Amino acid sequence: MTGTAKDNISEAGRVIDLSLRGNDLLSLQEMSPEDMELVLSTARSLKEILARPIKKVPTLRGKVVCILFYEPSTRTKASFELAARYMSADTVSFSSATSSVKKGETLADTARNLSMMGVDLAIMRHSVSGSCHFLAKVLDIPVVNAGDGMNEHPTQALLDIFTILDYKSRIRGLKVAIIGDILHSRVARSNIFGLTKMGAEVSVAGPSTLLPPEIESLGVKAYARPEEAIEGADVVYVLRLQLERQAKSLFPSKREYRDFFGIDRYRLSYAKEDAIVMHPGPMNRGVEITTDIADSPRSVILDQVTSGVAVRMAILYLILGGWD
Amino acid sequence: MAGDLLIKGGRVIDPSSGADRILDILVVDGRIASLSESIEPENGATTVLDAAEKIVMPGFIDMHVHLREPGFEDKEDIETGTRAAAMGGFTAVACMPNTEPACDTDAVVAGILERARKKAWVRVYPIGAVTKGRAGKELAEMGEMRAAGAVAFSDDGSPVATAEILRCALEYLKSFDAVLIDHPEDMSLSEGGQINYGLTSTVSGLRGIPRESEEIAVARDLLIAKLTGGRLHLAHISTKGALDLIRQAKAKGLNVTCEVTPHHLILTDETVLETAYDTNTKVNPPLRTQEDVDALREGLADGTVDVIATDHAPHHIDDKWVEYDYADFGISGLETAVSLIIDKLVLPGVISWMRMAELMSLNPARILGVPGGTLEPGAPGDITVIDPDCEYSILPHNFESKGKNSPFIGWRVTGAPYGTIVGGKPVMYGRRLVL
Amino acid sequence: MQFIDKAEIMDADGIRRALVRIAHEIVERNKGLDNVVLVGIRRRGVPLARRLADILKNSENVDVPVGELDITLYRDDLSLKFEQPHVGRTMLPFDVEGKKVVLVDDVLFTGRTVRAALDAIIDLGRPACIQLAVLVDRGHREIPIRADYVGKNVPTSRKEVIHLRLEEYDGIEQVVISEEASE
Repeated sequence: MTGTAKDNISEAGRVIDLSLRGNDLLSLQEMSPEDMELVLSTARSLKEILARPIKKVPTLRGKVVCILFYEPSTRTKASFELAARYMSADTVSFSSATSSVKKGETLADTARNLSMMGVDLAIMRHSVSGSCHFLAKVLDIPVVNAGDGMNEHPTQALLDIFTILDYKSRIRGLKVAIIGDILHSRVARSNIFGLTKMGAEVSVAGPSTLLPPEIESLGVKAYARPEEAIEGADVVYVLRLQLERQAKSLFPSKREYRDFFGIDRYRLSYAKEDAIVMHPGPMNRGVEITTDIADSPRSVILDQVTSGVAVRMAILYLILGGWD
Repeated sequence: MAGDLLIKGGRVIDPSSGADRILDILVVDGRIASLSESIEPENGATTVLDAAEKIVMPGFIDMHVHLREPGFEDKEDIETGTRAAAMGGFTAVACMPNTEPACDTDAVVAGILERARKKAWVRVYPIGAVTKGRAGKELAEMGEMRAAGAVAFSDDGSPVATAEILRCALEYLKSFDAVLIDHPEDMSLSEGGQINYGLTSTVSGLRGIPRESEEIAVARDLLIAKLTGGRLHLAHISTKGALDLIRQAKAKGLNVTCEVTPHHLILTDETVLETAYDTNTKVNPPLRTQEDVDALREGLADGTVDVIATDHAPHHIDDKWVEYDYADFGISGLETAVSLIIDKLVLPGVISWMRMAELMSLNPARILGVPGGTLEPGAPGDITVIDPDCEYSILPHNFESKGKNSPFIGWRVTGAPYGTIVGGKPVMYGRRLVL
Repeated sequence: MQFIDKAEIMDADGIRRALVRIAHEIVERNKGLDNVVLVGIRRRGVPLARRLADILKNSENVDVPVGELDITLYRDDLSLKFEQPHVGRTMLPFDVEGKKVVLVDDVLFTGRTVRAALDAIIDLGRPACIQLAVLVDRGHREIPIRADYVGKNVPTSRKEVIHLRLEEYDGIEQVVISEEASE
């Protein structure tokens, strides 16, 4: 078959380095800007497939992707599942409601059982920070983090950056304001790591009880009032208020949060005229974002969803493609 | 007891006398008989140990150990815990009462001592609970426990719950001449926390435990100690602020002592990230920052810190090989402490050998009021022999402890416990247990 | 991998003449250019398809649509390759449904690339027919595929490699036969 390889080289695809192939994708904190660019450019090429009548390419035929969800999710899970299927990989999913998680099986045992079934890649969401790092220690196959506790959600940030590029064509020098519950938000953390690596100026704001300590050491500016962070922003990123994580009295009520930290027409007026509004979903309409903003032409929230599938296709291709 | 024991040619370092020179030590009937530049064995029954090139110190006493028995024998028991102590160079350990049932009655104290008499490789000193069931509500029968052999009292695992019960306990213990060891932690600030609160908790997404959780509790404890005049010892101090409070209190003449652990003297919270969330870094109090490590080391040198104790907290692999939040807190420390202290503190010159002996032998003996801590003639023949040149890698499968949970696995260190002699009997020599 | 050129088998004129001939054959075979589209296989098939379109525009005064096809995701040899190919973009500015698709590539060798291209095209819709135009056919087919239009047949050994060099990529127009340099 040597002739085949030469044939292909001569007609020639550019070839790329293999830093993602066979590896885990656990965090943007640990990801190089070059690898991020590679995911984004590959996603750019793959996005066209989503517009086809037959949304399927055979490249990952025979690969099996396991989707382990220890936290409820509709969007991310569906997005990964479709991404895998569009690339012709087979998927098997386990979620805490349907698997033996409830019976007290340890994550290590669940994971080892799955790997014995011939799974090629594991995608996991879990409520505990660092769980994907743990899974990666247990398993020999690559692990993709679909959100771990309050730590990171790297594929979400990559799709967010992809979406910003759609509208702004660049990241370097852009002003991005991330507003809301930074403390509990893995989306915020991944976006902070990803956006600052690619040269954006990131500011964050929210109730001070929901800003983590020493956040400015990550290279962002922190404000207690959203207006200050939004001033002159190109992108206003509204975080979901994670009501399920507010165990303590970090803010008094949803009403007060809406009145002082929710993104409405007034607060958005501090941003640039052409600023776009983003949200990772699912939205609490009338709490962190008003409906008129969420549904306005400036909102790119639905584009984020489409981007998500393309970015996840790219990640699966780059990790599993041509990998034996 | 077997015949006499003669330890020849070692560099003897004894903080009780200030001695630091090459001496032979003769132990007769389990007690130090004499020290001299040259002692010859008197008869064939004398066991002679060659300690040339070795350092000989009064036996190390670890005053903060979790032996887990009764109740958690999957993690450790009295036999394995004391085998670990023997391997680690400790001639005695004081064991904390957070067992199941808690060590809160004279019956449990007696039970532990009875088990120790049959199974233990080194001396075991039970620490009784301050409150019944360690629940922080009612005082436990500390007098009865003291009479049964408890050397100190603590609700360790948890702080003494309220200022009021702490006040009562410190007052009450005056009648029984025993120290109260508190685990300083404000639980309302630490609840749900996994690691130190700060940049690392922000980067890792793990919930933080602020240093103030410890410092508020230390401040409370110091004020209550002042109010009562009771004898207070503060366990596992981990922050600069807490140490500053203790330093000030000591300067004002308060009768308070404190300990630090090897891991808080060596590791920072960044280890959590460097090891990709290794649960062996999960410990309470959490690993802090370099600023705290530096302050603790300064406290060792200036005398604010009285004791190095391991807070040996062995866990079964099942309790650690899980997600970070689900893992138990604790580090298995008995078998790494001496090597780490030598490699990271003595050899680099942070503390002297003499100071090490003070921190690990003399001071814990004095605080607990137990025999030992000295090589003066008449003292128990409890001796720790150190090989300062031994270089090796810390490997969990070499641990005698059931708890392999160490963040130091794979570390290469210089300096090791070479011999552990309890009552004149070598229980470990040449880095091997002596049957 | 280092290659040493052994012989030039086509120069700039040769390439141009071959393309002109292929263009004429396309018109003849399809009895005109109704519904004909050109699809270049990335990367070197794409400039060849554009040149064919230019020739057809000059001779027939018809604008034949040109598309670009990336076949990376359809290849059957990914695991055999040492490196991971970059995924290029597929851009067809037309619907292939009912079209006479002329696939254009530089060199026809084992046929596996064309096989992948056929799958890729069919996934995009149902063309009326698919034809294949190549600048060079060097033999050694591994699957039953045959070109409809061939610029030049060149007998080769398996060790040899055919390189098409184009002004826009390489600063020169030529087809050379080369061989891997021995150490």
